[in-house]
Amino acid sequence: MLKVFLKSLQGSFYDLLPIILVIGFFQLAVLQQPIPNLLEILTGSFFVLIGLTLFVQGLEMGLFPIGESLAFAFAKKGSLTWLLIFAFALGFGTTVAEPALIAVANEAAKVAAEGNVIDTTDQARTDYALGLRLTVAFSVGFAIVIGVLRIVRGWPVQYLIIGGYLGVIVMTLFAPPEIIGIAYDSGGVTTSTITVPLVTALGVGLASSIRGRNPMVDGFGLIAFASLTPMIFVMAYGMIR
Amino acid sequence: MGHELLQTFLATITDVLPIALIIVGFQSLVIRRPIANLRRVGLGFLYVLVGLAFFLQGLEMALFPIGKLMAQQLTAPEFIMGLQQTSEAMKELDWSQYLWVYAFALAIGFSTTIAEPSLLAVALKAHQVSGGVIGVWGLRIAVAIGVAIGITLGTYRIITGTPLHWYIIAGYAIVIVQTLFAPRMIIPLAYDSGGVTTSTVTVPLVAALGLGLASTVPGRNPVFDGFGLIAFASLFPIISVMAYAQISAWWAKPQ
Repeated sequence: MLKVFLKSLQGSFYDLLPIILVIGFFQLAVLQQPIPNLLEILTGSFFVLIGLTLFVQGLEMGLFPIGESLAFAFAKKGSLTWLLIFAFALGFGTTVAEPALIAVANEAAKVAAEGNVIDTTDQARTDYALGLRLTVAFSVGFAIVIGVLRIVRGWPVQYLIIGGYLGVIVMTLFAPPEIIGIAYDSGGVTTSTITVPLVTALGVGLASSIRGRNPMVDGFGLIAFASLTPMIFVMAYGMIR
Repeated sequence: MGHELLQTFLATITDVLPIALIIVGFQSLVIRRPIANLRRVGLGFLYVLVGLAFFLQGLEMALFPIGKLMAQQLTAPEFIMGLQQTSEAMKELDWSQYLWVYAFALAIGFSTTIAEPSLLAVALKAHQVSGGVIGVWGLRIAVAIGVAIGITLGTYRIITGTPLHWYIIAGYAIVIVQTLFAPRMIIPLAYDSGGVTTSTVTVPLVAALGLGLASTVPGRNPVFDGFGLIAFASLFPIISVMAYAQISAWWAKPQ
């Protein structure tokens, strides 16, 4: 047990080594400054190391198995409707409370107020940020539904994704310029560290339990949908406002 | 410090709570069967919670202050120009004078991606599902190269002030062409790697770099030009992962 933990700790150390080298090089050789608060940095690095090790352990014990067992259970139950409702709930529920999204939405409301898109009152900003969050959460729910439907039906991923890209390009031509940067970024912030393993395990589990699906070809792709649809929906939100 | 760790822990719980509620709700109301190995899974969730709390708190203590300060210092006019800078001289700055900024963007994009926990999760899963054909490190390095190139190009865009959508549309065009030729097995995974790269570790540092740069370069507005780096970081890994598969397939082919 201890041996496994130590080995895992060593793995985490290798994961973090590049950052340590980069920061060390730029601080000492390029900026030529000493490292401030060395003790705090060492403690923090130790926390990061322990945290990453525990996370990886928990991944294999908790998040992967639960995602897969849910997929198997839904496949056995055979109700597509419930599976899709679950997919929507998972996408919407995990996104709406996502701290990174809340931060981006507030930032976007500030930009919109400065660009005179909305009133500069607090009320208008709060409304705008909330609207944006709901839009993104809805679009992620929608994305997981489409992604799950794709796995069940066996549609090739590339047509849907390329179609989505064309959608992004067309929307970019018509969307107001101040929303474009935010829309592009909102695609990246939706998928958190807990959602990603869970959704990946769900997709792979579904593809393994449905006959005729290959987990490699059909199981992945859910995250891609979840990062694509928010761009389209946020640009639409910017056009409607 | 103990207090802050507790706060991060509580914030992580808030983050996990909706997920746990949805799973428990569907498990008990729709599937109506107990979760297999409940104790092990519960313990796993606890590990994830505690692990993330330590991870985030540790980043907050060790990496973010120094990384953000570094991004500000590297993009500060004093550093780029030497000491005798004037606003007049700033205007004459050519994009090539930001060499250290590019080097930093490249290095920080690569190294933070290697440490990104969600990418590690996807790489572990891909390794398992592909029966070992896709290496955990191979995938992570391919993604990290993509992010590094993406962030560097993104800083170049902020410095030159060219419109974001040109780059993104050109990137999509490359992705579409690659999709036609890449091995079929890698395509969904490559698309996924675009979304997983940008989470806990990369985003705060890259955002600091973008904002610092947008406030230093004359004629840029931090509010408008600071955004967009994340979009680069999610687009280029798709290209690099497909390229990785294409190169491996080409390599394996008998001459």
